[in-house]
Amino acid sequence: MRAFADLYASLDETTKTNEKIAAMSRYFGSAPPEDVAWTVHFLIGRRPKRLIPTGDLVAWAIDEAKIPEWLFGESYQAVGDLAETIALLLPPAKATSDKPLRYWVEERLLPMRGWDDAARRESMIDAWRGMSERQRFAWNKLITGEFRVGVSQNLVVRALAEASGVEANVLAHRLMGDWQPTADFATQILGKETADADVSRPYPFCLAYPLEGEVESLGDMADWQIEWKWDGIRSQLIRREWRTFLWSRGEELITDRFPELAAAGALLPEGTVLDGEVLPWKDGAPLPFTQMQRRIGRKELGAKILAEVPVVLVVFDLLECNREDVRERPIEWRRVELERIVAAAGPESHLVASPLVAGASWEELKNTREQARSRGVEGFMLKRRGSPYRVGRRVGDWCKWKINPYSIDAVLIYAQPGSGRRASLFTDYTFGIWDEGELVPFAKAYSGLTDDEIRQVDAFVRNNTIEKFGPVRRVKPELVFELAFEAIQRSSRHRSGIAVRFPRMARWRTDKKAADADTIETIRALLPPEP
Amino acid sequence: MDNLLQLNPNGLYCAAGDFYVDPWNPVERAVITHAHADHLCAGSKSYLCTRPSERLLRARVGVEGAVAPLVYGDVRNINGVDVSFHPAGHILGSAQVRLEYQGQIWVVSGDYKLAPDPTCAAFETVRCHAFVTESTFGLPIFRWPQPDAALDEINAWWRANQRAGKASVLFAYPLGKAQRVLAGINSSIGPVYTHGAIEQLNGIYRECGSALPATQYARSASPKTDWTRALIVAPPMAKKSPWLRRFGDFSTGMASGWMGIRGTRRRRSIDRGFVLSDHADWPALLSAIRGSGAERVWVTHGYRAPLARWLAENGVDADAIETRFEGEQDAQVADQADI
Repeated sequence: MRAFADLYASLDETTKTNEKIAAMSRYFGSAPPEDVAWTVHFLIGRRPKRLIPTGDLVAWAIDEAKIPEWLFGESYQAVGDLAETIALLLPPAKATSDKPLRYWVEERLLPMRGWDDAARRESMIDAWRGMSERQRFAWNKLITGEFRVGVSQNLVVRALAEASGVEANVLAHRLMGDWQPTADFATQILGKETADADVSRPYPFCLAYPLEGEVESLGDMADWQIEWKWDGIRSQLIRREWRTFLWSRGEELITDRFPELAAAGALLPEGTVLDGEVLPWKDGAPLPFTQMQRRIGRKELGAKILAEVPVVLVVFDLLECNREDVRERPIEWRRVELERIVAAAGPESHLVASPLVAGASWEELKNTREQARSRGVEGFMLKRRGSPYRVGRRVGDWCKWKINPYSIDAVLIYAQPGSGRRASLFTDYTFGIWDEGELVPFAKAYSGLTDDEIRQVDAFVRNNTIEKFGPVRRVKPELVFELAFEAIQRSSRHRSGIAVRFPRMARWRTDKKAADADTIETIRALLPPEP
Repeated sequence: MDNLLQLNPNGLYCAAGDFYVDPWNPVERAVITHAHADHLCAGSKSYLCTRPSERLLRARVGVEGAVAPLVYGDVRNINGVDVSFHPAGHILGSAQVRLEYQGQIWVVSGDYKLAPDPTCAAFETVRCHAFVTESTFGLPIFRWPQPDAALDEINAWWRANQRAGKASVLFAYPLGKAQRVLAGINSSIGPVYTHGAIEQLNGIYRECGSALPATQYARSASPKTDWTRALIVAPPMAKKSPWLRRFGDFSTGMASGWMGIRGTRRRRSIDRGFVLSDHADWPALLSAIRGSGAERVWVTHGYRAPLARWLAENGVDADAIETRFEGEQDAQVADQADI
């Protein structure tokens, strides 16, 4: 635990990428393999299911710290991070643990599942008492799972590559899918042996970067393959050794959620991996994403919901063909094979090849783009002809050209503090719009302001609070912001009767007064026609 | 009997003596605990403060009125109220103000700490009936490590930067914290440079008898200076200034109590935070309050409400009183200057 807590502290105390990589590489090169496996597991954002309810953890910490509950609450509000608050409040450490991370995770954390409350409590308090302050903090982080230290999967891969000499692309692939954090796994990922044992393992997704500036800056249109940009669940459908796996981009195995696609896998040739978007789909067109949310929310998928909201995989790339990794082949080759495979699966397969969009000029394409909203897509994907399938988000080959978002002007009415880096700053805002002379809550937004603007809004909130409800402040309705969002739907769950997708602050309209903000009527006019 | 002090729109007022302690606005007669800007408002007719504070007052805010210095422990009678200063251990010249009138004793702590600091006189416990305490760090999450531990970390960071060929730029509040750091670091590691705002105050500290190591004013250094061996001590406000460019490749650090919280440290995007505060942490606040023997406690500056509530729940007659800042004074406001 000592080395792991030190690693955590050194990752946490620098903002510089190179120093983070160096710290991880040193650790990977010196820690026992099972500790390396667990560390990679946590750093790339995997975590065990929450084993201790937050309420229990807080109650035990309060007992151990001998403070009243309200004082814990005040402290948490100032710190903004549960693991850290607890570490700061526990009585001063008198010990330090020399046991490895593996011991703490496998023998103390994971077995909690089977223990009763008294045993968990005793084990947890014993753990805190046996650790230094730094170790307690890292340990609490393992338990609460809020493991953010500014390390992306990409950085972990680079550090592993540095420590092992294995190529980064190979490592990125080995970290995908459903592996277990064991010593064997660590030895295997850091080994030079390239054969891959895991049949379910997906490939790292190639991600698009947003188009900046005018589309003409991309040069000759003939150099680009053009597709619609779908708003679904980005996924890989894998068929290997007569088994089917559907992975989401969040690296969740979602095969069971989509029986249609599990069945589709059986129609694919052995050794095939398709990349696409899972979309709710009917009569050759996508349904609104809110329909998909109805389906995702359910544990049991009855016949009714399967009939009402069927899904397809809109396929746009082929990563493995006849058991061969074909990512280095040019996009045209992959496209031809992909069309052949989808066609062979048949029209009832729930597989749809994402249509290519034709156009004579960028100008013509701009006109076509106007149809995006009525087609239920987010814009275009532009892919460079001749390009391979790359790992991660790289500027160059895949570019997303989204339609301009909707935008409206709304008034800041509630604010509450953020967490992590934004702890004790008011950064989470609720915005209202006018409805018969009254401001009704319309959307929440957390992003889009610069640090300077956040500080100014924070100061405004502090000096213009009308009412407090716990951490939430009702403020004088004075500040107007332009909110941008991607889609708009009717909703019975929202007071305004409207739900929007991905709302964020596009601009602070210092030139506008609250009275100039939009009304519910203007926003209703943006809604699609009643079904 | 009436309270010896009361709060009015100009701050803490002693009606019997007709003077203010750390007034928020210009008044006839001001008694000053220490020379930090949030305790010192320019423009009053007359000031009473400790002798070292007098130097700092004139240097800091260009006080033009009459400034009467008083030695720690000496008593000045103002309209029948006995006023005396007692070391608060916060910065050079910082004092608790003791007021005695008709047998009633009040102490206004100003800012204070109990931890050792070679640049100022150590906090003295003063028994009183009523104690007005600061509470900048009035939550149990604030518990400082030994000052030597923070100073050792600064030394280690400085050495590591030297090995990596980088200058070490340490941000510290220019009055108090900067000098405490200078007095505490191992100056044999390399040359020490300072920002002008700090160098000027170093002069006053040295004249008042502080043993600070040799420092050089960074701006007057030769353009050929090898900064990679140097420690440069600068005020936090210099962080965004082009002044920093001359140092080439550098690592940044900050010495402040706020560095004990990861969120505030990360928000500032500095490389290293060193937990070194000139304020009392939670255990020290409780110990100072207990030590005063006061039956009544007024809590001001910082996390007032939680500390007052905690005291009240533990049998102390305590109230949170307003501070000079508009709205709330909390981590955010104070974050801009650890004073």
